[in-house]
Amino acid sequence: MTQHFPALLIIIPLLSALIVSAMGWIDRRWCFPLAGASLAGALAVSVGLCAQVMAAGPIVYKMAGWRPPIGIVYVIDYLNAPVLVVILSVALLNLISAKTWIERDFAEKLSAYLGLYLLFLAGMVGIVATGDAFNLYVLLEIGSLTGYALIGLGKERAPLSSLNYLFMGTIGASFYLLGIGYIYIATGTLNMADIARIVPTLAGSGTLFLALVICMAGLFVKMALFPMHGWLPNAYSNAPSASAGLIAPLTTKVMIYAMVRVGLTVFTPEFTFSRALLSEAIVWLAVAAIVTGSLLALMQRRLSRMLTYIIVAEVGYMVGGFWLGNKAGVTGATLHIINDAAMTLTLFMAVSAIIWKLGSDRFEDLQGLFGKMPFTMTGFVLAALAVIGIPPTCGFFSKWYLITGGIHAGQWAFVAALLFSSLVNAVLFFRIFEIAFFEPFAEGHGHHDHGPALSEAPVTMVVPLLLAALSLIALGLYSGDIVTKLIQLAIPAGIA
Amino acid sequence: MTDLLPLLAAKYNYWIYTILMMVGLYAMIAKNNLVKKIIGMNIFQTAIILFYVSIAYKKGGTLPIIMGDAHGGGHAAVHAADYINPLPHCLMLTAIVVSVATLGVALALAIKIFRQYGTLEEDDINHQIRMQAGQ
Amino acid sequence: MELLYSAKPLAAILVSFFVVPIIFSAKSENVREAWTFVAAILKFTIVLSMLPFVLKGGEIAYTLAEVLPGLAIEFKVDAFGMLFALVSSSLWIVTSMYSIGYMRTLKEHGQTRYYACFALSLSATLGVAFAGNLLTLYLFYEMLSFATYPLVTHHQDREARSSGRKYITYILGASIGLVLPAMLVIYSQTGTFEFAPQGFMNGHFSQGAMAVLLLMFVFGFAKAGVMPFHSWLPAAMVAPTPVSALLHAVAVVKVGVFCVARVITGVFGTKMLADMGLGTLVCYVASFTIIVSSLIALSQDGLKRRLAFSTIGQLSYIILGVALLSPSGMTGGMLHIAMHAFGKITLFFCAGAIFAASGIKNISEMVGIGRRMPFTMTAFLLGSLSVIGLPPLGGFISKWNLVIGTLESGQIFFLFVLLASSLLNAAYFLPISYKAFFCTDEEAMFEKKVDEVPTWCLVPLCITATCSVIFFFYPQPFLQLAKMTVSTIIGAPMP
Repeated sequence: MTQHFPALLIIIPLLSALIVSAMGWIDRRWCFPLAGASLAGALAVSVGLCAQVMAAGPIVYKMAGWRPPIGIVYVIDYLNAPVLVVILSVALLNLISAKTWIERDFAEKLSAYLGLYLLFLAGMVGIVATGDAFNLYVLLEIGSLTGYALIGLGKERAPLSSLNYLFMGTIGASFYLLGIGYIYIATGTLNMADIARIVPTLAGSGTLFLALVICMAGLFVKMALFPMHGWLPNAYSNAPSASAGLIAPLTTKVMIYAMVRVGLTVFTPEFTFSRALLSEAIVWLAVAAIVTGSLLALMQRRLSRMLTYIIVAEVGYMVGGFWLGNKAGVTGATLHIINDAAMTLTLFMAVSAIIWKLGSDRFEDLQGLFGKMPFTMTGFVLAALAVIGIPPTCGFFSKWYLITGGIHAGQWAFVAALLFSSLVNAVLFFRIFEIAFFEPFAEGHGHHDHGPALSEAPVTMVVPLLLAALSLIALGLYSGDIVTKLIQLAIPAGIA
Repeated sequence: MTDLLPLLAAKYNYWIYTILMMVGLYAMIAKNNLVKKIIGMNIFQTAIILFYVSIAYKKGGTLPIIMGDAHGGGHAAVHAADYINPLPHCLMLTAIVVSVATLGVALALAIKIFRQYGTLEEDDINHQIRMQAGQ
Repeated sequence: MELLYSAKPLAAILVSFFVVPIIFSAKSENVREAWTFVAAILKFTIVLSMLPFVLKGGEIAYTLAEVLPGLAIEFKVDAFGMLFALVSSSLWIVTSMYSIGYMRTLKEHGQTRYYACFALSLSATLGVAFAGNLLTLYLFYEMLSFATYPLVTHHQDREARSSGRKYITYILGASIGLVLPAMLVIYSQTGTFEFAPQGFMNGHFSQGAMAVLLLMFVFGFAKAGVMPFHSWLPAAMVAPTPVSALLHAVAVVKVGVFCVARVITGVFGTKMLADMGLGTLVCYVASFTIIVSSLIALSQDGLKRRLAFSTIGQLSYIILGVALLSPSGMTGGMLHIAMHAFGKITLFFCAGAIFAASGIKNISEMVGIGRRMPFTMTAFLLGSLSVIGLPPLGGFISKWNLVIGTLESGQIFFLFVLLASSLLNAAYFLPISYKAFFCTDEEAMFEKKVDEVPTWCLVPLCITATCSVIFFFYPQPFLQLAKMTVSTIIGAPMP
């Protein structure tokens, strides 16, 4: 059984998506438990796989027994094993948190919604686990289409934002497909390991370089790297809270994973980082992303929009870190994939709880929140500390690697942008803390004994939120282990 | 200039797909009507599909169907150069399915937008949104 | 030097951390305060239990988690850390007592949050004291910033909000903008963060780079109040007085100078700094702060604000002492951490007592109050004398060592700085006591009867004032711990 774990990883969500959709006609009460069970099962499988990889090394699984490079393989190695665990944990925690939302807003479409949820997850898992470049495109589109639908199910501006997201996302995916076409022309194969074998022999090839640029361009659009980030703030802030909590932590991070995978495993580091002009240009783009994301976040008056611009800046962190081309930078970018997924999940779950209780996330409505929703705000504060980069939360450690990588590469603009972003994040979050802590201002010297009454979000929202917040500290304290036992082993020896 | 023409002639498939892609992209960006944008997206995707199909072609190659006996023939070695490459065609079957699915989702969203705003023209929709936000 | 591995440092730190949920769930205020006392006494006991071993020359170490390859969160209790830990944990006990009296008299709101944040702040303070490397130091430094924010902004009004903003801007801005990059640059070049007796930066950087990095640390640890990053301290005086007393006379500000001292001695190394002349650079920076803050203190009418500026000056004494890089100078600076703590906390306790009993905040309104509140103002006088540095108060011992230190290092300019600032200290402290006791015809200032403060407030300030006197005659174990630290640094035993 355990040797089929890689297949189970994707089959469980896929099959249960079908079953849950069908369950809608039979007995609706089974939908949620089935969805939860399937996510839990997939999570268990991913943890098992991670353990296997840490014990015995990378696993190559041939789908239906067809041998590569003809057949499609799923490769679980040191790079994607932890990412898989994180993705499934995020999905499971968000499902529990979103239960009350889904039951209220999507009651008639429950089975359809949950089916989409599971399909989206299958797509994300597939992107991370696959070892075939074209299979990645297919799963990319599965994940994207379900994402568009999940966002488009919302109210008011959601369908329009989703349609704009659809346009941009399709351009991105199509570029990626085009890039694969050029890879195929140059190498004749679609299997990632096989391409990596052939690339060194074609080191000077213009076709291959064009393929790299086009693939990366496509992925940059999908991960909302500046200046192709325009779709993200609208799509994520107008989406229903249940969907936002799933899509926001996952989509951009999985796309960044895909970029790391394509850059390291497919094109090999020697080829990817061989053109200094390309690497430097992308790092400058990343710097621009960090600075504009941070500045635009300052201008927002709604909490969820502020968070989406923070995501834009975080994408800049990871892209810049990777394209520094040195060990610390790549380690930082990869570690930040895991950390940022956790941070974003915590933040969006907190916002979801706030919107559930208050009906709005505009700054003026957040007054007295520390008194009204102390547990939610505890989780929010922990996530804020992680985003600012305060030890011992995980955010500090990934920033550590990123800044170290910038110092080693002599990219002082990147280092300055990271520090600038930390300070801006501190300002952003302290503005929220101030409104939630101080207002409404009491008359006199504030000697009243009765603060705002406690009106906390439901348990199903608070518990996953606090679990996610605690994981931020756990990830921080264990980051040494994560890096030495997983990430550093994933980085090919070719990087200094 | 004189050797540009042979270059154009030899690589005409690349030029065609590039032009189609740009047409599609132009429609997506410049057109106001949502359905026209969607059609532009479709053209964009079709261009890439054509590109893949075109690279599968080999001069003098025939259809990649191997005639064998009733027990599933083709045991004899196949001379690959005689047949055009079937793999990109298979890949593009998938891509066409993806394109159709995207079209479906896009049109569904367009219908929802139409029900909400009463129009499919983007500037009208933006105007309505601005009015709502102003209130 | 004996090295013992024990979880005691971690236990000392976590005692107050784990009491936080207990405080939040306490059913009544008495239970809540009782738990605070339990935690404070337990913490002090654990710290005290490590003292004999450290006095014999041993160090206690504990590694918590390896969070970066080759770099762990680790604790090491040495003489210097023990000095600071003793000061903070002992003073928490008296401050808790004082808090009870003060907060209950003024019927303050949000007391549960107050006690919980206090406990958390003390955890972070001990974390800094026991930090074994620069990463752990930074971690607890930041934790302290966040733990003290709700305390500074306790009153939750507009003034508290703007003071809180100033607090966070200066402290967090300096630590993220200056300390963190300096740390990362050092790590990328040297590959280690362990504190070593003569530092670990030798040979990795040019003189100019060393100077820049050193200044980044001195200014970056904004809690040390070096000008121009000092404005947060007078702003933080909006907090309730126990907060100002323990945190902004003892814990937070001493964390700042402790970090600076650690960096100078354990990261850079005294010999190297002396060779490069960088010690003198820091001495000039500190002298500027000393003189200017004393001048500003003269102009302040609010008692707490005057005390705040006095604190800023006294902190730079400590930095000056350490930066003199001479044995007595460093001894004096480190000893001043303890002496100033006891002296200043007395002064703040008195300020709070005056406010709680009469509602007065300004010095100009305190004429004749010594007649009404004799114990309080006597303690105030004793505290002032200790801070000015006159015998028979403990502050004299540390100032004496500082003076000897300037002579030892041959930098007479700083001797004049010390003397001048002592005169200024006297100029802004003694008139307060004089006016409190000796201006009888203006007693009309107090129409209604002013009682002496409640006992819960009175006893702590008497205790700390008495301690200041005792320390003149018996400055142990602080003097011995300071001397041990210096002898480890210079590699030779101290007289």
